[in-house]
Amino acid sequence: MSDTSVTEKPADPKDGPGDDRVRGVLRGILESSTLVVVMAVVASLAIGGLLVMFADEDVREAAVYFFSRPGDTFSAMGAALVSAYTAMFQGAVVNPSSETFVGFIRPFTQTLTMATPLIFAGLGLGIGFRAGLFNIGAQGQLLIGAALGAYIGFAWDLPWVLHLLVAVIGCAIGGAVWGFIPGFLKARTGAHEVIVTIMLNYIGLNLVAWLLTLEAFQRPGSNNPISPEVADAAQYPLILGSQFNLHLGFLLAIACAFGVWWLMERSTLGFEFRAAGSNPRAARTAGMSVAKSYIFVMVIAGALAGLAGSAQVLGTEKVLTTATAGSIGFDAITVALLGRSRPLGTVMAAILFGGLRAAGPTLQVQAGLPVDIVFVIQALIVLFIAAPPLVRSIFRLPAPANEKEVAA
Amino acid sequence: MTTTTVGAPTPQQPAADTAPRPRTKSWRSSIGLGVVALLSLLIFGLTTQAGSQTNFVIATNSDFVTLPSLTLPAKLAAVSFSIIALLLAGWTAYRANQYRKVGLWLPIVFGMAVMGALLTWAGAGRDNTTIQLTGLLTSALFLAVPLVFGALAGTLCERSGIINIAIEGQLLAGAFLAALVGSMAGNAYVGLIAAPIAGALVGLLLAIFATKYWVNQIVVGVVLNLLVVGLTSFFFSTVMTDNPDLNQALGLPRIDIPILSGIPVLGPVLFNQNLLVYIMYVVVIVLQIMLFRSRWGLRVRSVGEHPKAADTVGIKVNRTRIRNTVLGGAVAGLGGAFFTVASGLAFGKEMTAGKGYIALAAMILGRWNPKGALAAALLFGFADALRVQLGIIGSDIPSQFLAMTPYLATILAVAGLVGHARPPAAEGTPYKK
Repeated sequence: MSDTSVTEKPADPKDGPGDDRVRGVLRGILESSTLVVVMAVVASLAIGGLLVMFADEDVREAAVYFFSRPGDTFSAMGAALVSAYTAMFQGAVVNPSSETFVGFIRPFTQTLTMATPLIFAGLGLGIGFRAGLFNIGAQGQLLIGAALGAYIGFAWDLPWVLHLLVAVIGCAIGGAVWGFIPGFLKARTGAHEVIVTIMLNYIGLNLVAWLLTLEAFQRPGSNNPISPEVADAAQYPLILGSQFNLHLGFLLAIACAFGVWWLMERSTLGFEFRAAGSNPRAARTAGMSVAKSYIFVMVIAGALAGLAGSAQVLGTEKVLTTATAGSIGFDAITVALLGRSRPLGTVMAAILFGGLRAAGPTLQVQAGLPVDIVFVIQALIVLFIAAPPLVRSIFRLPAPANEKEVAA
Repeated sequence: MTTTTVGAPTPQQPAADTAPRPRTKSWRSSIGLGVVALLSLLIFGLTTQAGSQTNFVIATNSDFVTLPSLTLPAKLAAVSFSIIALLLAGWTAYRANQYRKVGLWLPIVFGMAVMGALLTWAGAGRDNTTIQLTGLLTSALFLAVPLVFGALAGTLCERSGIINIAIEGQLLAGAFLAALVGSMAGNAYVGLIAAPIAGALVGLLLAIFATKYWVNQIVVGVVLNLLVVGLTSFFFSTVMTDNPDLNQALGLPRIDIPILSGIPVLGPVLFNQNLLVYIMYVVVIVLQIMLFRSRWGLRVRSVGEHPKAADTVGIKVNRTRIRNTVLGGAVAGLGGAFFTVASGLAFGKEMTAGKGYIALAAMILGRWNPKGALAAALLFGFADALRVQLGIIGSDIPSQFLAMTPYLATILAVAGLVGHARPPAAEGTPYKK
């Protein structure tokens, strides 16, 4: 993991000697990265636009007689693009065509709702990246956490507040257990966490699929692999009233972002995590236990992924199915990468991708485009972000003098 | 196992936590095997009803000599299979006591013994049902095809130092283009030619980002998978749905190799398959020889183990890596053709369903070695086929647990419980002059 280039943070100037060089790198990132991020999003949306035009029926029909009447093709292209991006805007930001204020603002609250699990899981993965662990297991950790939390939610009978609290903690514990396994194996045997977490994703999925065949997890009188709805007391309350889906989980996610910031930037434990990530040998020489860091990082990341599961089962979906995790675990990887593993960046990136997700149904209905275009745009954004030199060469941006340092 | 004797002069370990260990007796694998064997004895051996029988059908109609169906006393057979497994675990412990390793044959025979116990247990006391051994093996081999190609692709890339997580994407891209081009041409064989091209393109992207932009290879791999899923699903829901002609269910015919296919049991399993399976045999053999017996293979391995040394003697490190990654992508893409033209199915969204990740596991379990990859992939294919067969005869084991076994086996393998696997030393590290 010596080159988690994009995720690596140059050490704070006060972290040690070599201040000039470090500050130079820092300046280089500050100068270039925001622009690179914006440009990467622009380039990805542009390529997504090409796909939209390619897939559009009118464009293809007009392209048949392109050389006799090129104007038709171009106007069809324009129409396809406009309808796609209008739909995206109306689905993710605000809907100007709505007559009520609720309808007007609703898309943005939907975006925040979609972003909530991504924030949780992305924060956890970000901690891992900075500690030099590439955790692909958010998917499995989320699902196990969701299973435990949902079970507490529908099977137990507890008073208000307490029930929600216990269910949320249950989600975190479930995820933490599933995160502990790869952390422990990595620390004790050196087993590569990428492989172990990928495998645990599948094991977790099969485990939940099996749990859902048990009577204890099924609705009474039903054989479908779907759990009963969690009790009202265990659900996150809606914070903007019943007209919106935005729930308390979002505020919890923001609080977690602050917590993670404090952990990584202000606490001794976080410093050890970062040390283990940037140079495990030096950390070991300095007397830190790298093995302990690996275990703690994976447990915390797992707990956060489990909380992402709580946003699903106690917030938006209220039931447990094998599809509870959706693609959140994998999306969270892209979120953490885009957010450069920083809490603020992760929140921003999660809102961006949450917006893309929220726009999916509108794209489908209004522009007749499959939701899959969102995956393409998302993947492209991360690819571009990961390779700043590529973005600069596309947009002819000047390369900073310390390019090599940044990329390395 | 010869993979650990790759001639690199004590390469620097990129991960500091896998620092070279002192020469100690490693009991991990013997303990791991012992536990599995004991479980097999307890679950399959002792819970089988005494006096019940299991019917195995091992013959097909086309054999030279028709073998009679085999009926075993279930309890005795299941216990014996488990005891064989226990003995093998004991042998591993004996060898570990002498600081020596055991060959690849041991886990294979061990796996067969445990599977034998499981099958006997599952079929015990069901007089009307039989375990179709030939059918089971045939579908095991067939289901292993994409895993073998994927694992070979991974081996090719990782031997040169590039981690290929994008196998899943390469399989999916191959499946997609095979269906598309095959449907356009109206011929499944044309699809078979198109598949490697799609995989190679994905491989090229991976290679460029890994060698030119030094992006973390795992990141690129994961993102490329997402990209391919997005692109293929997008085209599937738009272009292919609008024009069903572009996505037909084509099938490669089975080719019966005369004489060879008449051998009992193995004949119909190995030599009555379609062209893709025969290509697989060739690719495994060629790669095994080329990687370990040719100049090209030595160069590739040197680039993967110690790029600086390779560069010093004039081997172009990044060029080798790019070539290998593209070649690996092509191999995986060819494997992707399995899902569409070789199975006679039309393309479907995300139809590879995580097989690329299992192929990755097969590569690790096979210790970065073509023949090992073949063995591991066959094991996973067998687990899959078993799941289907047990589903048909109705078994007490939930199918989800059988589906888990390949993943559990992989975790045990990477945790060093079943033999120690060491990846190429320079894997995942971009080479910068």
